[in-house]
Amino acid sequence: MTEVMTLLGNGLLQAFEPLNLFMIFAGCLAGLFIGAMPGLGSVNGVAILLPVTFLVPPTSAIIFLAALYYGAMYGGAVSSITLGIPGASTAVATVFDGRPMAQKGMADQALMAAAIASFIGGTVSIVLFTLFAPPLANLALKFGPQEEFALMILAFATFIGLGGDDIPKTIFSILLGLVMAAVGFDIISGKPRMIFFDLVEFQRGIGFLVLAIGIYGIGEMLWTLETTKGSVQVQNVKTTWARFFDNLTKIKSYIATTSLGSILGFFVGTLPAAGATPASLMSYGLAKTFSKDPDSFGKGNISGVAAPEAANNAASTGSMLPMITLGIPGSPTTAILLGGMIIWGLRPGPLLFSEQPDFVWGLIGSMYVANFVTVLLNLAMIPIFVRVLAMPFTILTPIIFILCFVGVFATTDRMFDVWLMIALGLGGYLLRKLNYPVAPAVLAIVLGPLAERSMRQSLIGSRGDATTFINPVEHPISLACIIVALLLMLYPVFVSMRKKRAATNA
Amino acid sequence: MSTRNAELIMAIGMLVFSLGLMWNIHSDGLVIGWMEERGPGSGLWPFWLSLGMALCSVWTMVRWFNGTTAESRDESPYMDPESLGLVVISFVLLTAMIFLVQYIGTYLSVALFLGAYMRFVGRHKWPQTLALMGGSIIFIYFLFEWQLAKYLPKGLPIFEDAFLWIDNYRWEYLM
Repeated sequence: MTEVMTLLGNGLLQAFEPLNLFMIFAGCLAGLFIGAMPGLGSVNGVAILLPVTFLVPPTSAIIFLAALYYGAMYGGAVSSITLGIPGASTAVATVFDGRPMAQKGMADQALMAAAIASFIGGTVSIVLFTLFAPPLANLALKFGPQEEFALMILAFATFIGLGGDDIPKTIFSILLGLVMAAVGFDIISGKPRMIFFDLVEFQRGIGFLVLAIGIYGIGEMLWTLETTKGSVQVQNVKTTWARFFDNLTKIKSYIATTSLGSILGFFVGTLPAAGATPASLMSYGLAKTFSKDPDSFGKGNISGVAAPEAANNAASTGSMLPMITLGIPGSPTTAILLGGMIIWGLRPGPLLFSEQPDFVWGLIGSMYVANFVTVLLNLAMIPIFVRVLAMPFTILTPIIFILCFVGVFATTDRMFDVWLMIALGLGGYLLRKLNYPVAPAVLAIVLGPLAERSMRQSLIGSRGDATTFINPVEHPISLACIIVALLLMLYPVFVSMRKKRAATNA
Repeated sequence: MSTRNAELIMAIGMLVFSLGLMWNIHSDGLVIGWMEERGPGSGLWPFWLSLGMALCSVWTMVRWFNGTTAESRDESPYMDPESLGLVVISFVLLTAMIFLVQYIGTYLSVALFLGAYMRFVGRHKWPQTLALMGGSIIFIYFLFEWQLAKYLPKGLPIFEDAFLWIDNYRWEYLM
């Protein structure tokens, strides 16, 4: 424990270095704005701005992107409350009570509750992160290729079991991402694979950033243009100092549900498919169940705003846990962060803790600082955000498109990749309209090369014996992961059987 | 086209795509099974995953025929007619911008794209439009070319030369 405290102290010192502190401020601010924009969330911001981070060392770069991640979680509430449109899917549950509160003229109260709940969620989850990360990384150090592969199967299984999307479409999306990751030279034999139309450009493979920016930049903007039809209605927010202090006293009415939501959010966030959206919905449900006045939910109950906001912030920190300790991202945003780490020349996974302690603890230290910075910036800038939300789509859309184009070109130096980004963005948009989930594909293209390598290494090591993954003596952890993965994949079958039985009994 | 028809067409398209991938791997002569003394062939991973994609597409088609998916029962238009125009014009302008890069370079095409979008789609006033057009050029040059030292495409030699002049000025007086 003393060792953890020393390392954490060093991490905090690093976070307070001028460059890193500036990165925290810039990241939180960018995140708050991006999160507040309807349709844009942390994943879009991280994907679009990742190319810019090559300007600074990796530690500062991840600090910036992680700060942006939290900032966006805070910002998502702003458009949920003032526009009635979730700033990102993670803030869907905030609309339920946030919008009715705004319509009653209590927008400032809802915004403050969201900010304070987010702060509580963030703080609780960072403490949990600090406690769980070192032992988990120590355990993961013993992992061989079998365990790595089984963990990835488990990550994908969570999408099938808990993703809540159409199952064949989810599996299709995962497989598509894995196959796209295999385009280009084979990592083991060096043979070229899937060089479509004999285009030499495919030899370098399909970069994860090309897919991520295509889907979360181009595809997302097309989606937002279609769903909002380019126009939004902003609800007025009244802010005065008297109301500010009055709102502060309301904390006690939602502190209990917020704390519960924070712990729930952290653990749900660590699951790759679950993440912030279901965490916030579950936390909302929990707050309603335990409330003395459940009927007031959906009509403007302040706990209905605080509970989901605490959970989505906690989940964003939770999703960093498997990324840092195991090298398995806990959300699409952390998948992009993981891809970024590979570009920065770092190897994500348990070795980070022993080989790059400055990087890991600098990041953890920055989480504490970023949480404070975001809540202060958020409270101070509520009136400005509301004005920014009135920014027309006809300015926002071309700016995002330009950032996508320049960002992809600056990272890959090839116009071919820019065209590929547009094609993938359009494809992702058309698939998403038919309920094909796109997040699993992004996670799969990041994990694809690692998954293939660990599978082939395991098979080479066992001389082709596929039962090596489920050998209870040599690889008990791998066996346990595969059993849990199978149960998760079968979970939807159990659910539908139970529904059918209930329907026949009724 | 209705959402119902779109789902079937997409599933068929994805089936053909998956089979195409399998054929591509097979025709390249990649080994899709075990190679004695060498381990799994380089085609093993993508081939069997593509087969999985094909099977998922067939599964979606079966669910479509049974009316299991929500989309297979949805007769509303696949593209919302009210916002179709906005989506199409945005995409066409974006494609035009990328196409023009090879002729007039990144900076001019970015500015033209922003100008066209703001002026003709958004009906913003000229001063605001021109300010953002100029601002975007300066921002991109400063961030990418100057700070990140990235070379962005400049287009035909005449535009390339103009930027050489700006670059020289920067190196001589500002660095």
